[in-house]
Amino acid sequence: MINLLLDNVVLASLLALIGLGGMFGGLLGYAAEKFKINSDPVIDTIDELLPQTQCGQCGFPGCRPYAQSIADGDAINKCPPGGQTTINAIAKLLDITAVPLDEEHGQEELRTIAYIREDECIGCTKCIQACPVDAILGSAKLMHTVIEKECTGCDLCVDPCPVDCIDMLPVKTSIDTWYWPSPENIPPSTTSAYTEGHAS
Amino acid sequence: MRHLWETPGGVHPPDNKAQSQTMSIGQVPLPKTLILPLNSAFDEVAKASVRIGDRVLKGQKIADIQGKLSVAVHASSSGFVTSIEPRTIAHPSGLSTPCIEITTDGEDRWIESKTYPHYQHIDPPKLCDIIAQAGIAGMGGAGFPSAVKLAIDGEKSVDTLIINATECEPYITADDMLIRERAAEIIKGIDVINCALNKPKAVLIGIENNKPDAIKALQEHCKGTQIEVVPVPTKYPSGGEKQLIYILTGKELPSEALPINIGMICLNIATVFAIKRAVIDGQPLISRITTITGQACDINRNYEVLIGTSVEHLLKLNGFNRERCSRLIVGGPMMGFTLSSTNVPVTKTSTCILAVSHQEMPDSSPPQPCIRCGLCAEVCPASLLPQQLYWYAKAADHERLQAHHLFDCIECGACSYVCPSKIPLVQHYRGSKGDILTARAEKTMASKARERFESRAVRLEKIDSQRETKRESRKLTSNNAEQQRVSGKPPLTTSAEDIIKAAQLRVQTKKISPEKQKAKLERTLIAAQIRLEEAQQRLADVLESGTVDQQTQHKATLEGAKQKVDKTQQRLAKIKLQ
Repeated sequence: MINLLLDNVVLASLLALIGLGGMFGGLLGYAAEKFKINSDPVIDTIDELLPQTQCGQCGFPGCRPYAQSIADGDAINKCPPGGQTTINAIAKLLDITAVPLDEEHGQEELRTIAYIREDECIGCTKCIQACPVDAILGSAKLMHTVIEKECTGCDLCVDPCPVDCIDMLPVKTSIDTWYWPSPENIPPSTTSAYTEGHAS
Repeated sequence: MRHLWETPGGVHPPDNKAQSQTMSIGQVPLPKTLILPLNSAFDEVAKASVRIGDRVLKGQKIADIQGKLSVAVHASSSGFVTSIEPRTIAHPSGLSTPCIEITTDGEDRWIESKTYPHYQHIDPPKLCDIIAQAGIAGMGGAGFPSAVKLAIDGEKSVDTLIINATECEPYITADDMLIRERAAEIIKGIDVINCALNKPKAVLIGIENNKPDAIKALQEHCKGTQIEVVPVPTKYPSGGEKQLIYILTGKELPSEALPINIGMICLNIATVFAIKRAVIDGQPLISRITTITGQACDINRNYEVLIGTSVEHLLKLNGFNRERCSRLIVGGPMMGFTLSSTNVPVTKTSTCILAVSHQEMPDSSPPQPCIRCGLCAEVCPASLLPQQLYWYAKAADHERLQAHHLFDCIECGACSYVCPSKIPLVQHYRGSKGDILTARAEKTMASKARERFESRAVRLEKIDSQRETKRESRKLTSNNAEQQRVSGKPPLTTSAEDIIKAAQLRVQTKKISPEKQKAKLERTLIAAQIRLEEAQQRLADVLESGTVDQQTQHKATLEGAKQKVDKTQQRLAKIKLQ
C-alpha cells in the first residue's frame, strides 16, 4: 500500500487532501453545532440602541420586534422617542447613511412621564393593562398611580383611560438632574469669567 | 525639608488676596430670616424634622440624614420655622430646592448640647456619628459629607491624612484668615480626626507659600506634634485634591479613584475646624468663614457667616454697588459660578462672594476660532489634551471624549484662562460630561424598561395559557354534560383530547411511587384473602345443602378468588424484588 502511494504521487496527494478536507469539515461541522447562536446578535445590538419605551410608534409591538425588522432591512428612522441620536447610532452600527426621522411615525419630543390626576381616577385598571412596563400601580375601584422612575413615557395608557385623567408631562429638570449646558446653548454671561478666559 | 513633587501645567493668575486681608474676621448682624437648604451637593435631600410654626433654638437639628450622602441641617439661630418650601439657592442652575426658613427672634439662644472634651476615648464609629449628626460637609466647595469620608471600613486603612489649606483660587482668603486667628482650634480638630482614623502615620498640612502668616501660626501650634506643615509653591490649581496629593507624596491618584484607595484622606482645613467645634464644643456646623470681596464692594473682608444668611444681607453690609458690578460670583473666579439673584442663602460650601467690577472682569467677547496654539495643553494640570477634547465635545463624540479621559478633567479652568481665542473650554467639557452621564443613565433606564417589558410578556403568556387550559376543561365538562343529557348515557370518549387525557392519567398512575404501590397491593391482597375465605365458607355451606348449579357457581367464585390472591402475591413479590 505504502509502496503504491510512494510510486503514485497523484494518488497520494489526492488521498491526503481528501483526508484533510474530511477532517476539517468534520471539525467545522462539530463547531457549528456546538457553538450555535440561536438569535442573530445584530438584533440584540440594535435592540440595545433603541430607547425601550415599548411605545409601538414604529408600528411594531415593542422595541425588539422593530430591532428584528431593522436587521431584516427595514428603515431605521421609525423611532420618535429615540430621535436622531438613535438613528445615528444605528446607522453607525450598520454602516449605512443616517436619515432624518420619518414624521409619519411621530415627532421627536421632550421626554414625558405619565401623571394620573388622582382625584379623577375611577380605578378601572385599564391603564394598568395597557402599560408595557408595569409602571402603574393600583387595583379595581381604587386609585392608580404611576411609578415615575419606571415610566418610559410611551403614551399607551392615555387612550384606554375612560375618564381621561392621565396627563403626559415633560420631565422637569430638578437641581439634582441639572447639568451645565454646552456653551452653544447658553448666554455667556451666566458662566464664571475666568473659565471663559476673561481676566483683567 | 520635605521633598515636593511638581504637578504638570498650572497657571499664575493675579491672586488679589490682599484686599480682603486688611481686617480681622468680622461678625455679621443677625439677619431677620435664615434660609437653610435641605439638599446636599450629592443629589440627596435631608428629611425635615420640624414643622411650620415650631420654635427652634440655635444649633437644634431641623433635618435628619436620609440616605447615605445627605447632610444633617441645624438651625443657625433661634426663632420660628416660618416655611418649608422650595427656594432658589446658590447653584449655577438657578433652580430651587426644598428649604427651611427660620424667622429669627433676636435672642440667638443656644440649645443645650453634649460636648466631648475627652474624644480620645471614643470609638472611631461613634466619633464619625457625632460628626455626621453635626451636619459637617466638605467646606472647600464640593460639600461631600465628612463622616462618610472618615468612616473607614475594615479592609481599608489610612496612612496619610492630608489637610488642604492651599486655597489656590484668587481672591479667596477665608481659610487663610481662619488659620491666622484660630490655629490652635484647628490643631485640636486634626487630633480629633486622628482619633477617628486610628492615628494615621503621617499628617500633612499643604499650604501655599503665599500665606506666610498662616504658615507661621500653624508651625507654632504644631511644635511637638507629628503634624507637618508643608508650604507648597503657589500655582493654580495646586489645591485640587489629586494635585495636592501628588505635590506632597508623589503618588498619582488613579483615574476615577478616591484618595482612600491609596490609603489617604484629604480634608479641607475649614472642615477640620468645624469638626473641632462639633466634637469638643458640641456646636454643629451653623456658620462658616466667607470672603466678601471684589471692587464692586466698598469693604472687602472675611466674615463669620451663619449658614442661611442671604447674600443680599452680606452685600448690603459691605457697601455693594450694583452699578459697578459686572458679575456676582460664588466661589473663586476660576471655578465659581455666577449668581442670577442675590436673594440666595450662604451654604456650607460658599467660600467666597465675589462682586467684580467691570474693570476687573469686563463682559466677555464672543469666542474666536481655535488657532491650535497648544497653550491649553501646556497648562492642563491633569495632562489632558484640551484641544482634542474641545473638538470632540463640539462634535458630541462621546466615545472619543471618554477615550481622551474627559472624566479626569477637574474643571479648574486653567485652559480657558490661557486661551487666546477666549473659547469657554471648561463649559464645553462640563456640558459633555453632563451629556455622557445622562446618556449612561438613559441606557440603564432602557435596560431596566426592557427587563420589565420582557418579564411582563412572560407573565401575560403564562396567564393566557392558564386561561386556555381552564377554558378547554370547562368546555369538555360542559360538552360531556350536554351529551349525557341528550343521550342519557355516559359520553363516548373518543376525541383526541380525551385519549390524551386518559393516557396522561395512566402515566400518572404508573408514576406512583413503589412504596405506595406496595401498600396498595398489600391492601388488595388482604381483601382478596378475606374474599377467598368467605368463598370457601360459602362453598362449604353449598356443598352441604345446595343444588349442583349453586355448587359449580361457588366453585368458580372460589377459583377466581384464589387466582386473584395468587396474582396479587406475585406482583407484590415482584415489587419487593425491585
